[in-house]
Amino acid sequence: MDFFDRFAVPHPSFLIYASMVGIGLTMLAIVVGITYFKKWGYLWREWITTVDHKRIGIMYLLSALLMLFRGGVDGIMMRYQLSMPENTFLDSQHYNEVFTTHGVVMILFMAMPFIIFFFNYLVPLQIGARDVAFPRLNALSFWLFFMGMGLFNISFIVGGSPDAGWTSYFPLAGNEFSTSVGTNYYMIAIQIAGIGTLMTGINFITTILKMRAPGMTLMKMPMFTWSAFIANVIIVFAFPVLTVLLAMGTMDRLFGTNFFTTDNGGMDMLWANLFWVWGHPEVYILILPAFGLYSEIIPTFARRNLYGYTSMVASMVIISLLSFFVWAHHFFTMGQGPLANSIFSISTMAIAVPTGVKIFNWLFTLWKGKIEFTTPMLYSVLFIPLFTLGGVTGVMLAMSAADYQYHNTMFLVAHFHNVIIPGVVYAMLAGLTFYWPKIFGFMLNERLGKWTAWTLSIGFVLAFIPMYITGLDGQARRMYTYSESTGFSLLNMVSFVGAAIMAIAFVLLVYNIYYSIRYSPRNIGSDPWDARSLEWATHTPVPEYNFAITPQVASTQAFWDSKKNGHELFKGDIEKIHMPNNSGLPFIMSCIFFVFGFAMIFSIWPLAIITLIGILACMTYRSFEKDHGRYISVEEIKETEKRLRGAKNEGR
Amino acid sequence: MKVDNSLPLEYSTEENNLKILGFWIFIGAEIMLFATLFTAYFTLVNRTGNGPTGAEIFEITPVLIETILLLTSSFTIGLGIHAMRLNKKKATMGFFIVTLILGLAFLGVEIYEFTHYVHVGAGLQVSAFTAALLTTLGTHGLHVTLGLFWGFFILLQIKKRGLTPETANKSFIFSLYWHFLDIIWIFIFSFIYLKGMM
Repeated sequence: MDFFDRFAVPHPSFLIYASMVGIGLTMLAIVVGITYFKKWGYLWREWITTVDHKRIGIMYLLSALLMLFRGGVDGIMMRYQLSMPENTFLDSQHYNEVFTTHGVVMILFMAMPFIIFFFNYLVPLQIGARDVAFPRLNALSFWLFFMGMGLFNISFIVGGSPDAGWTSYFPLAGNEFSTSVGTNYYMIAIQIAGIGTLMTGINFITTILKMRAPGMTLMKMPMFTWSAFIANVIIVFAFPVLTVLLAMGTMDRLFGTNFFTTDNGGMDMLWANLFWVWGHPEVYILILPAFGLYSEIIPTFARRNLYGYTSMVASMVIISLLSFFVWAHHFFTMGQGPLANSIFSISTMAIAVPTGVKIFNWLFTLWKGKIEFTTPMLYSVLFIPLFTLGGVTGVMLAMSAADYQYHNTMFLVAHFHNVIIPGVVYAMLAGLTFYWPKIFGFMLNERLGKWTAWTLSIGFVLAFIPMYITGLDGQARRMYTYSESTGFSLLNMVSFVGAAIMAIAFVLLVYNIYYSIRYSPRNIGSDPWDARSLEWATHTPVPEYNFAITPQVASTQAFWDSKKNGHELFKGDIEKIHMPNNSGLPFIMSCIFFVFGFAMIFSIWPLAIITLIGILACMTYRSFEKDHGRYISVEEIKETEKRLRGAKNEGR
Repeated sequence: MKVDNSLPLEYSTEENNLKILGFWIFIGAEIMLFATLFTAYFTLVNRTGNGPTGAEIFEITPVLIETILLLTSSFTIGLGIHAMRLNKKKATMGFFIVTLILGLAFLGVEIYEFTHYVHVGAGLQVSAFTAALLTTLGTHGLHVTLGLFWGFFILLQIKKRGLTPETANKSFIFSLYWHFLDIIWIFIFSFIYLKGMM
């Protein structure tokens, strides 16, 4: 093959060319815009080199929103393709690529950064810390994730997208059946982002264990911090499996090894098993922080203490343990025999118990509460019934004998969207609306917010409930078309309409952000929702050092107690504060990782070796670097405090 | 930076404490990484295709030499940390140098072992078994290689900057890493080589 041939898209179409032009023009516009407004210096100093957990969090948020739209467009394309029988909008290859990237983007590049945004922004504030344990590592985590994301997203215009499904099962994903570089992108881009996520896990476990405010014992932590802690423990135990798995997959594709091939002893089911040993805990990494957010929002707007704190924690711990013992339920039909299937069937059903405990705890929190239907609360209340529906179909799928009917049908697709959308996506939107005033200093418009929530829910029900029916009738997932005689046409059209309504909801969300930036009142104070935990105890905007004086904690809702029960949060005098220095190294190292990844994907060995040396050189530099951070003086803190307090009083 | 003199140097500041705990968690992740490799290895160990089996290619002599070298190096790094706690800079450096030399010798024997495998027709591409074997050994070897560079950098820093809370912290964390690699080797020695030769 000619050297340059491999960079060509294997199955070009008008849509791909149009995207190329669109991406080119957008990049150009961004570069010209930044240059025109002379913002390069600002961007470098304040964002690219930052180690501040709040700014890194915001960058995660922007990436997640961007990927929400990228993944959303993939989703709409699939629904449109299936809305009519024998549709020719996408051909089979293009459809394969679209469902693969939709899955990867939504799980790994939308949902993951979205929850990591909440970890970053909220955890240090909720535990009364100045920053995370390893701020520099945190920046590296973000940039590695970002470069992995970038690498994955250029696949469809350079060399072709992965097309073997987000699960990338071998032998389909092997060289024999996936001949383009697409699956190389999958292996390498996810590897780079995954290393970043693993570091996030280590960072946040250390932060939560070691940096809590005085008086905050583990059982007095806010529920979101608990959920973040458990999710990060799962990350540290699950992501190394992915690292090894992707490394073996890469070796099969690039170096001709026989881990997952069908000859010379290779075992394709090893991939499926290891993939889900990571993959199933991964979905709990996503859902537990979502549960944590609901556990912050529901007490705030029910004006009641969270019901059953201890059982909430216990159920999360049990879920995290069980999550490692259910992986085989993803392939009941692939011949492990009745004993293994029965065991995995039972362990899967067991997860419904702690999850049910959590659902009832939220309901009991609502019971006799003075419920206020704000937008975040609306999402939470919509979440409970919709998520329960998804959970119940999950128990149906857990019955291994019955699974032979559901396996690989649209029923499954309906199930996991039914838990992920009301579970994770609603939590992300609820949390975003809830914490928006803390982050940006103004509220999102409530009216538009509620419209978004209802539109999204109507769209969701229309889009996914019909799939349960077509799935039971035998419509297989990942099929790019069907004939009219199957009778799936009407329900698939309904699904498409639902997907379009969901798209409208996301447009409303964007419009809401635009509208609120222009018209929302500023100076709303630091606690607009009358909330309960420590993140609301500091000023808005949050100063760089978070808290001028480290707060004292004596209960699960220290801030509420300080407002209502005379608890004294801030005792003592202001002292100088030690803060980490900014650094460009994480960004530079991640850029080199990007080039390294690209060189690996296209087997350009000299470049791969040079960049690998570059990465090692960055690590060497870091080893010898002397960086003791800096101090913020007492005068500076007092001045900042005075300015921020002034802004707050003005608003009252 | 607050320094608590009642604690050993490597634990004396808050940042040092964070780093040590963070590294223990990292070791937790590393355990999962090697556990996955061992799982893959034991799944594929009998799937040799047309290639040789473990019993046909394993040789006890180089493996024993490697084991003795690495176990000794684990002992000397322990002595190094002991010397560090007694605030003896020269002895610390001496034990670091011995550790690194032993590590290097280990790596040399392992490279010989790999060339031997390729020579007897057990290269990376031959079968699922050889792929899993060489990947598991290779991952351990790669860790040792990175450790050699890392240890060497720390050695230079002790030489230049003396035994400060930072260098003591780095040395201590390095020793944790080195002991960990030793423990992984014991698993490799017992369950890959000895079991494979039976």
